[in-house]
Amino acid sequence: MSIEVSGKTLETDEDGYLADIGEWEPEVAQSMARTDGIELTEAHWVVLNILRDYYIEYQSAPAIRVLNKTIGKKVGKDKGNSKYVYGLFPEGPAVQACKYAGLPKPTGCV
Amino acid sequence: MVDFEKPELRETPVVPSIKPGVMSHLASHVAKPKIQEPLGYPGELVDNWEQAAVDKLGELKGKYRSLQVFLDSCVFCGACTDKCHYFLGSADPKNMPVARQELLRSVYRRYYTLPGKWFPKLVGARDMNREVLDEWYSYFYQCSECRRCAVFCPLGIDTAEIAMAAREIMDSVGRGQKYSNEVIGKVFKFGNNLGLAVRAVADTLASLEEDVEEETGVKVRFPLDEEGAEVLLMAPSADFFAEPHVDGLIGYGKVFHQAGISWTFSSHAAEGGNFGLFIGSYDNMRRVAVRVREAALDLGVKRIVFGECGHAWRVAYSFLNTLAGPFDFLDPRYPVPQHICEVTYDLMKRGVLKFDKSQNDHMVLTFHDSCNVARASGMGDLADGQFTIPREIIKATCNHFVEMSPSTIRGATFCCGAGGGTLTDELMEIRTRGAVPRMGALQHVTDKHGVTHMVSICAICKSQFSKIMPYFDFDAEMSMGVHQLVSNAIILDKRD
Repeated sequence: MSIEVSGKTLETDEDGYLADIGEWEPEVAQSMARTDGIELTEAHWVVLNILRDYYIEYQSAPAIRVLNKTIGKKVGKDKGNSKYVYGLFPEGPAVQACKYAGLPKPTGCV
Repeated sequence: MVDFEKPELRETPVVPSIKPGVMSHLASHVAKPKIQEPLGYPGELVDNWEQAAVDKLGELKGKYRSLQVFLDSCVFCGACTDKCHYFLGSADPKNMPVARQELLRSVYRRYYTLPGKWFPKLVGARDMNREVLDEWYSYFYQCSECRRCAVFCPLGIDTAEIAMAAREIMDSVGRGQKYSNEVIGKVFKFGNNLGLAVRAVADTLASLEEDVEEETGVKVRFPLDEEGAEVLLMAPSADFFAEPHVDGLIGYGKVFHQAGISWTFSSHAAEGGNFGLFIGSYDNMRRVAVRVREAALDLGVKRIVFGECGHAWRVAYSFLNTLAGPFDFLDPRYPVPQHICEVTYDLMKRGVLKFDKSQNDHMVLTFHDSCNVARASGMGDLADGQFTIPREIIKATCNHFVEMSPSTIRGATFCCGAGGGTLTDELMEIRTRGAVPRMGALQHVTDKHGVTHMVSICAICKSQFSKIMPYFDFDAEMSMGVHQLVSNAIILDKRD
């Protein structure tokens, strides 16, 4: 499978996650969000950037609790919870936000 | 979210009128060569795969006498037909256990019985061909290997073992399931199912220490790779990563802290789960299990304790010693291995742990028995301990506990709908349908007794429930773990 972004064809896995995180650019997230009917706001980008920064540093997606805590630190403690993240990404941080951010799909018993 | 006609939820499920082929469109993603090869399987279908599959069946039925007995002994009495949650939720007759078995048995009959060799059409024997393979791939991955059917089979035929054999045959000729096999590959590469790098695990645990101290004022430790610790804790990696799982992990840490037991995770084996079981692969299951032994030896621990993970406990309880033993280097005063619930129960009985039940007063709880714990293991030194011990812990940590219908708990428990390698998004339709019997039993106790939360001791159950509950108009946060209750209620002493 693949997606077309900025005139380029990017390979994805069966669930639409980028095969190579190195090919990610902001337009990838924009394009995936458009397909899902979501308009990316600054609040979305805060989450996406946290995911990308963490992945670049740790080669893994952050644990949900760690993600929430980091969001809380950045934009206010009242927003550091899963309800807030699901409000932005209805399918959840692992399924949807990681996908937009170019991270591989977290799989296992989750 | 999947779209299908939502069945009426009943306390005990109604047997549906059959709808042939209604689930035949569903198939898991197929594993690519880079996922197959690290497990020792061909990357794609081998030449002459039909014969190779038949030969593999011959090998397996010779190696596992149970398989031969199960293939020969079915008398088609039909007792199993309405016992499978996937049949009850989908109405597809191929999801009746006897029909699922027949997918493999018809091929067995063709090549390994006299009537099948001479008069295949008369005895319903089938050639191994592409159509059969595709049907196997679809329906053997619509089995969660929960073994409920085996409880009701008068001959004790275990459909799970037949599904495992079929999966091993398919893997061996180059047709593997992406979900299970990718997870096993991650264990070999990263030490855990989620593929978390060591630094990410360390960062997560450090963050938990910070959180717990902030919440309780007590320095509860979550150690990694600490040599000389008494206990090696084997938790599912979902406990690091996901919600509500992590709240249970916090509970384990508090129990060890309060009891003064030193403990550690291992980065080499930061995973209790063993998906080798799901695909019926002795070799992969052994390779995953051996890490537990290596980690225990490297860290010099005296005890091995497993966290809240259903199939991990089945492999640990039933097979760990034969897969990776002997464990004669561990402290002989403790069972090898131990379940975290046994540890907590024992400490509770001895008065080492004290609980403030009122901390869980905002909830009315019920307990979902996880299939692998309920039907494939034991716990503690009492008969039926796997049912009693988690319930005793729940009752000691909360004031409001009620049971679901007796035909849906303990040994007769219904699968969450996503066990045995089916917890993957492309199978969401059968996962949701398969949850119908459990959701019906839950609906009944929410209506009658005001149940607000359902507790389980399995990472897959917790994830599955969080995901599918909203479809049945339940809150995703209704799903929680036993040690989450413990975490809420435990009274901690301040000590450094």
